[in-house]
Amino acid sequence: MYNLLTGPLAWISFLIFFIGILIRSSLYIKGLDSNIDRVTYRVNTLFGIKEAVRSIFFWLIPFSTRGWRTQPVMTLLFFIFHISLLASTLFLKAHNMILQERWGFCIITIPNVVSDYLTIAVIVTASILIIRRIKLPQVKILTKRSDYLILIISIAPFLTGFLAFHQFGHYTFWMLTHIISGELLLIVIPFTKLSHSFLFFLTRAQLGMDYGIKRGGMKRQKGMAW
Amino acid sequence: MDKNIFCTPNPVNDKEALDALLRDKRGQQYYDEMKRLKVDTAALQKLLNDTCRSRIRTWLEICAHCGMCADACAFYLSNDKNPEQVPSYKIQSTLGEIVRQKGNVDNAFMRYAMDVAWGKCTCCNRCSLYCPFGIDMGVLMSYLRGLLFSQGFVPWEMKIGSGMHRIFRAQMDVTVEDWVDTCEWMIEEYEDEWPNLKIPVDKKNADIMYTVNAREAKHYPDDIAEAALLFSIAGENWTVPSEGWEETSLAMFAGDWEGAQLQVKSVYDAMDRLKPKRMVVTECGHAYRATVIEGPYWAGLKSGKTPVTTLHYVEWVAEALRSGRLKIDPAKKIKEPVTYHDSCNYIRNGGLSHIGREIMSYIAEDFREMTPNGDHNFCCGGGGGLNGIGKYRQERNTGQKVKRDQILATGAKLVITPCHNCWDAIRDLEETYKIGIRWSFLKPLLLDMVIVPEHMKPKEE
Repeated sequence: MYNLLTGPLAWISFLIFFIGILIRSSLYIKGLDSNIDRVTYRVNTLFGIKEAVRSIFFWLIPFSTRGWRTQPVMTLLFFIFHISLLASTLFLKAHNMILQERWGFCIITIPNVVSDYLTIAVIVTASILIIRRIKLPQVKILTKRSDYLILIISIAPFLTGFLAFHQFGHYTFWMLTHIISGELLLIVIPFTKLSHSFLFFLTRAQLGMDYGIKRGGMKRQKGMAW
Repeated sequence: MDKNIFCTPNPVNDKEALDALLRDKRGQQYYDEMKRLKVDTAALQKLLNDTCRSRIRTWLEICAHCGMCADACAFYLSNDKNPEQVPSYKIQSTLGEIVRQKGNVDNAFMRYAMDVAWGKCTCCNRCSLYCPFGIDMGVLMSYLRGLLFSQGFVPWEMKIGSGMHRIFRAQMDVTVEDWVDTCEWMIEEYEDEWPNLKIPVDKKNADIMYTVNAREAKHYPDDIAEAALLFSIAGENWTVPSEGWEETSLAMFAGDWEGAQLQVKSVYDAMDRLKPKRMVVTECGHAYRATVIEGPYWAGLKSGKTPVTTLHYVEWVAEALRSGRLKIDPAKKIKEPVTYHDSCNYIRNGGLSHIGREIMSYIAEDFREMTPNGDHNFCCGGGGGLNGIGKYRQERNTGQKVKRDQILATGAKLVITPCHNCWDAIRDLEETYKIGIRWSFLKPLLLDMVIVPEHMKPKEE
């Protein structure tokens, strides 16, 4: 079972993940149309690129846009959730050991105790995001069942990984569910709202180009006040 | 079942049909007919296939339903944070549904979508600055308006407005003759006080071709005279075109992309004909948005720009003040507290925030900013055509509460509004809420303050 999950199934899920990202990103770019979108992507492109970079950059830094500043609680939740999620996955010692074994390289690692806190942070912030969905009328009205499902799929690998690491109950069971849920997450990312993980950069770039090329970018004094 | 006369998917293209529609007071029969207007789902599906591309589909799909756009919306805030006013909800429950259903929607749904697209959103695009993914719900709403227009689900006044552009190349029934007559009338009207006033029509190779809002020709001709006086005082070599003089676009508000194209082409043709060095657009926000920002795309200009460089009126004023061609008498500067309303269409969507501030630095001694302002300014409540739609008057009035509170917080009693729709909206705001404010375009204020050169001064009797 373990061999199957970490062998062919891992390959398949990673392939779907990477190829899915590639295809969806190319389709997005291919679908952009100067006439229909009313943005001359190929004329005055430099103005567009400049604002695209600013548009992405400011939204990646906590409290650097007015949107982040006006909603500080959401901003903290958002950044703790996303940073913990990425850092605990990419820099986990165990994951890097597998990388080293299979591919002969690894990324930087962080101590297990840090990974532990990050994992807890993912689970806690995700829970608050769920409570937020239930409690805040402006979020509740937007929420569909699939939003919960996607959050559950996203945090399942963290919860199961945490339980496996601390050997709560049956280690093998948690380990296998951890791998399965991780692979499931990789597979669903390109086909669901989770595609925002890479499409974020493209949609932000598009709006940046829109404001940079067409909507005042060439007249605005200091660039858009994101 | 009776056949629909007024409410059909066909745009109004002739005067007879337009007059008949105008006679249907407040669109009573029109809206009655709308209840039985059939949705041509095949046509809607085809339009979606042809025009709904990756940008719009991706925006609709990846919206994380996080609700961060809620507080960005003047209508959400003005309506006591009613969740049905959350921008994402407004677009997901309308355009989102149409796209997910591949155009298979019914009459009741389309009428709901119309109520949202025109009654709950002014396409101010403010929410686009608050979505982490950069989803621009103003752009989506504007696209939705196009779909609704194509099926005939459009407010009565918008249908009329689009028809006006198609027939008169103006948002009101002002013909070329009416327009030229108005210019001549203004010269006569002002000749006692300003004997040298001229409004040169169709002068070729002028430095500036000036274009206006049809309301000026129809209801506020003094605005044209004031513009002429200021150009003369500044010593400009300027002209107005006899054809292609109208900048506005109710067709844009209506989602009538064909009508919008016809309208802007008339202005671009005037540019080709008169070969001015530059064009200046009057104090109107959506006119600038339509003719300068969106227009080149409707007209298929690959550069994305107007055939000659175009300035909004505020840019011309700032330039004239900066270069000293217009000189302000220091004694006549505005002494009282004064605030400046940023029009969404040329500030957030046109990048001219700094220009307004520059002008204020020349003319006002106690300038007070609204909070927030500039690119993040709130809509006056009357944008996107909402000012003119009787059916949604209450929605507009309620939506103005945010602007009302913004103005009150400045303590200023004078609001400068270099935009026709904002000017109207703030006038109506005062009528509704009676907060004791005055509102003004720049032109009359400048005329009171500017130093008039000797040769322009009225002769002593």
